Amino acid sequence: MTATAPAPAPDTKADERLLKTSPLKKLLGRPELGSVVGAVAVFVFFAIVADSFLQATSLATVLYAASTIGIMAVPVALLMIGGEFDLSAGVMVTTSALISSMFSYQMTANVWVGVLVSLIATLAVGVFNGVMLTRTDPPSFIITLGTFLMLTGMNLGFTKLISGTVSTKSIADMEGFSSAKEVFASSVTIGGVDFKITIVWWLALIAVATWILLRTRVGNWIFAVGGGEEAARAVGVPVAATKIGLYMGVAFGAWISGQHLLFSYDVVQSGEGVGNELIYIIAAVIGGCLITGGYGSAVGAAVGALIFGMVSKGIVFAEWNPDWFKFFLGVMLLLATLLNHWVRKRAEATK
Amino acid sequence: MTEATDATPVTERTPLVELDGVSKYYGNIRALEGVSLEVHAGEISCVLGDNGAGKSTLIKIIAGLHQHDAGGFRVEGEDAKLGSPREALDRGIATVYQDLAVVPLMPVWRNFFLGSEPTKGVGPFKRMDVDFMRETTRAELLRMGIDLRDVDQPIGTLSGGERQCVAIARAVYFGAKVLVLDEPTAALGVKQSGVVLKYVAAARDAGLGVVLITHNPHHAYLVGNRFVLLKRGTMSGSYTRDEISLDDLTREMAGGSELDDLRHELERR
Repeated sequence: MTATAPAPAPDTKADERLLKTSPLKKLLGRPELGSVVGAVAVFVFFAIVADSFLQATSLATVLYAASTIGIMAVPVALLMIGGEFDLSAGVMVTTSALISSMFSYQMTANVWVGVLVSLIATLAVGVFNGVMLTRTDPPSFIITLGTFLMLTGMNLGFTKLISGTVSTKSIADMEGFSSAKEVFASSVTIGGVDFKITIVWWLALIAVATWILLRTRVGNWIFAVGGGEEAARAVGVPVAATKIGLYMGVAFGAWISGQHLLFSYDVVQSGEGVGNELIYIIAAVIGGCLITGGYGSAVGAAVGALIFGMVSKGIVFAEWNPDWFKFFLGVMLLLATLLNHWVRKRAEATK
Repeated sequence: MTEATDATPVTERTPLVELDGVSKYYGNIRALEGVSLEVHAGEISCVLGDNGAGKSTLIKIIAGLHQHDAGGFRVEGEDAKLGSPREALDRGIATVYQDLAVVPLMPVWRNFFLGSEPTKGVGPFKRMDVDFMRETTRAELLRMGIDLRDVDQPIGTLSGGERQCVAIARAVYFGAKVLVLDEPTAALGVKQSGVVLKYVAAARDAGLGVVLITHNPHHAYLVGNRFVLLKRGTMSGSYTRDEISLDDLTREMAGGSELDDLRHELERR
């Protein structure tokens, strides 16, 4: 063992170890790729087997279904990239709608007050999840499972206590209802076809989430806390604040979804939302998010939601038994997971 | 502080980091007791010790992850108690951990600037200066002899030695005055270790004070100016380079007189 040799070894060594990556392989490395290929395949499949699938009205229906899932799937995907789960995301939507409806009905004459109170309360639930997680040790799976159960119980309990039944009273005749409906549950007519406003919310969320993830410091931190929490902490990334922010993002999505739910019908069923949290997670996973964190994209999750929309509505247009929906879902999830597993192995090949 | 100046010769410069009889307890467990260490600009201070000797605890105190319970900890002559890694970084102390240095799935350029991302634009359009980040990463790594064709490759695809070098290059680039290296050569082969030690020396020549934590006396003696030996949480020896030879260092490290006893015992058979 002599002193370090002054040979120009590192240059040549680094080069010969670096294999040339083909553009195809680079494309395969994109997190969205699997979901985009899947979406094209599903689209072609239903275009062939269901005659009415390619009509503009059908397209609008598919996009509406995709947007209601996608509004939640996008922030849930960001949270998963940050390495955490939120099992309370499904019932949080119902909670948000219930708070808005009941506060408006009981306390004021204008629904907008309830809508704003609901925003604050829902964000507070997100902060609760985030703070509980970052201050204590248990995994997010357990902590948000606790939140999930508490919210489910509170949704039913408070609604029965206040309105006497399992659904809220109608707020359709209250001041501000029509303007709130414009914002959260209206339709935009393009070329004679009605497109739901949720599609706009969805697209806006995709754009904002992608911007945050790929071009801002916070995006860098999200990848880092999910991919290597200790390494991130060691270089000074505010790990706790990033995670709390991600939970607030999910809560914000739940608020939009919840208000859509309320202003679409004007009453809310307090038992709704249970099980939806898994649908959001599945959409994110199909979209290329690693379940272990540190890898994924907002666009991918949106495409995952689109696949959901196409399969659930495509089965109806093809006049099949809707029971087959879950089967298709299972196949998509398995294929996506296998692809993601392969991507991760490739990325960490020489670790 | 004032009485210290009386006792020490005037030729002594103020150390960048100085530990003076530092102790740390975890409940009733004594992790570290009375350890002293000086880190000067342009010098490498080596901390040697076997597993469980207290090296990790020492690093965590310097890096701001833990606070010491007794003794003096001074940064550039000022008493300090670092509350977080961020605080340590702000005072110019950068720590490179053996396993935790980087996030494997993230591209090299994102790793390089992690936690200190440069931004441009204002308000909601404030964004990372991605072009600058890519170019700087490429240029800085090239300076260290790592020629990356693609700074977008996940850092996990680099070799262990290259990842250590990226982490060192990062610390140097961000103007660290003190570089703390946790077992940088532990998991590496002979050649890779040589490459890493070369960059450790390069960082020293650039005027940084380096703390090199290792259990390999050969690696330590190649580059070190001062040597502190830890044993079961206490300091079993502290030497400057002209006070100790490699053989003595190796022997001290391996248990000193205990090793002599063992040799006698073995030779008799």
